[in-house]
Amino acid sequence: MSDALSYVYAVGRDLTDADLVDLAGAGIGEGDPRLVVAGGLQAVVSDVPRDEFEALSLDDRLEDLGWLAATARAHHHVVDTVGGRRTIAPLSLATVYFDDDRVRGLLADGVAAFTAVLDRLDGRSEWGVKVSMRSGGERGDIPAERPKTGAEYLRARRQALREGDQAVSRAEADAEELDEAVRGVAVAARRHRPQEQSLTGRPERMVLNGAYLVDTTAADALTSLVASWADHPRVRVELTGPWVPYSFAALEGAS
Amino acid sequence: MSDPVRWTGSMPATRQQQQGSAPQPRNSGTDLADILERVLDKGIVIAGDIQINLLDIELLTIKLRLVVASVDRAKEMGIDWWERDPTLSSGHQELEEENRRLRERLEALERRGLPGAGDEEEAELDPVDEEAEPLDDEVEYAELHDEPEPDDAEPEAETAGRGNGDRSRRSAPRRRPAQRPGGRGTEGRGTEGRR
Repeated sequence: MSDALSYVYAVGRDLTDADLVDLAGAGIGEGDPRLVVAGGLQAVVSDVPRDEFEALSLDDRLEDLGWLAATARAHHHVVDTVGGRRTIAPLSLATVYFDDDRVRGLLADGVAAFTAVLDRLDGRSEWGVKVSMRSGGERGDIPAERPKTGAEYLRARRQALREGDQAVSRAEADAEELDEAVRGVAVAARRHRPQEQSLTGRPERMVLNGAYLVDTTAADALTSLVASWADHPRVRVELTGPWVPYSFAALEGAS
Repeated sequence: MSDPVRWTGSMPATRQQQQGSAPQPRNSGTDLADILERVLDKGIVIAGDIQINLLDIELLTIKLRLVVASVDRAKEMGIDWWERDPTLSSGHQELEEENRRLRERLEALERRGLPGAGDEEEAELDPVDEEAEPLDDEVEYAELHDEPEPDDAEPEAETAGRGNGDRSRRSAPRRRPAQRPGGRGTEGRGTEGRR
């Protein structure tokens, strides 16, 4: 047994070593991404230290946010760089095999499934559309004038909360409208959970966190559609992408 | 763990820029949150040779602030929540001021309602009425405004508390964040419990 494991980032069908140029040292733990080839498919792989990724320590590692953040960024960087050059099917974080032979086995067994995914993603990118309320209206604001009694305070508070609820509903309706419009130019759509304020670091409440699979040729239509919402009075719209289509890479009838 | 953020900061993007030839990473300014959301939850999921339990993104939500310990780097990432967090910026004074006023008010009420303050019946009866409402008031204020109280922590303090958190994290079953919030407030991270 060697001291290294084979970490798989993504699978493609027309990758060459040239697609990995300038990724030397960019892998997880500063590993060098390389190709493992079988069955007409190529996996982008790099060696990772066995002791870091062994089942038990990996569990702990995933609790270590510093490690997780660095690993996620490295994973994403490799996937994103190769994905910018070729169509690939990105694997989720920390897919690890004992050695390259096992990876070859994965490719050989999965030809049909991977090919189906690659067909679906070919010539397409994922875009993220996040919609947030313009102000932190959801909690309602406490009236400027200080209430004189508790009852008065509670009344004002309830009123504020009620208004806050209405503001949320309105923002959600706006988000639905935008979602509908974006689906019009997209091939497929998924909803992610809206991100918590503590995760976004922004005070506004997020009401839509959508992912859309969009033909490369329709990207302009998407960006101008989203741009037309830029001055919307109630919601703030943020477009991210293009992403390698992580959100649309599920294997059908998974293996 | 001590400088994960710097590590990512000096990742190949820099090298590419130096070379000037390679294309920019397409998502160079991407939020860590967006990346984690995708690489943890999405992508092709295949059982590799090593079984792992990927973290719930929700759990990450709670913990992510700890990663962002470096103020500068965090700002670069567009995460500057503490500047708007009333418990950590000037807004705090307002709350303290409010607490002070409430305490004064409560004391005044207690003085009036204190047994022995007067033998006359009126002194006992009247305050009862008046007291009932302000007491509610006090409770309500406590619920709505007091959360920040245990949360005097500056960002540094949060980082310092991490040692503790790590320990309890390791020994406790780790699945769900819901099991922990109780203990967290005392570590000075009460803001997360607020919502």
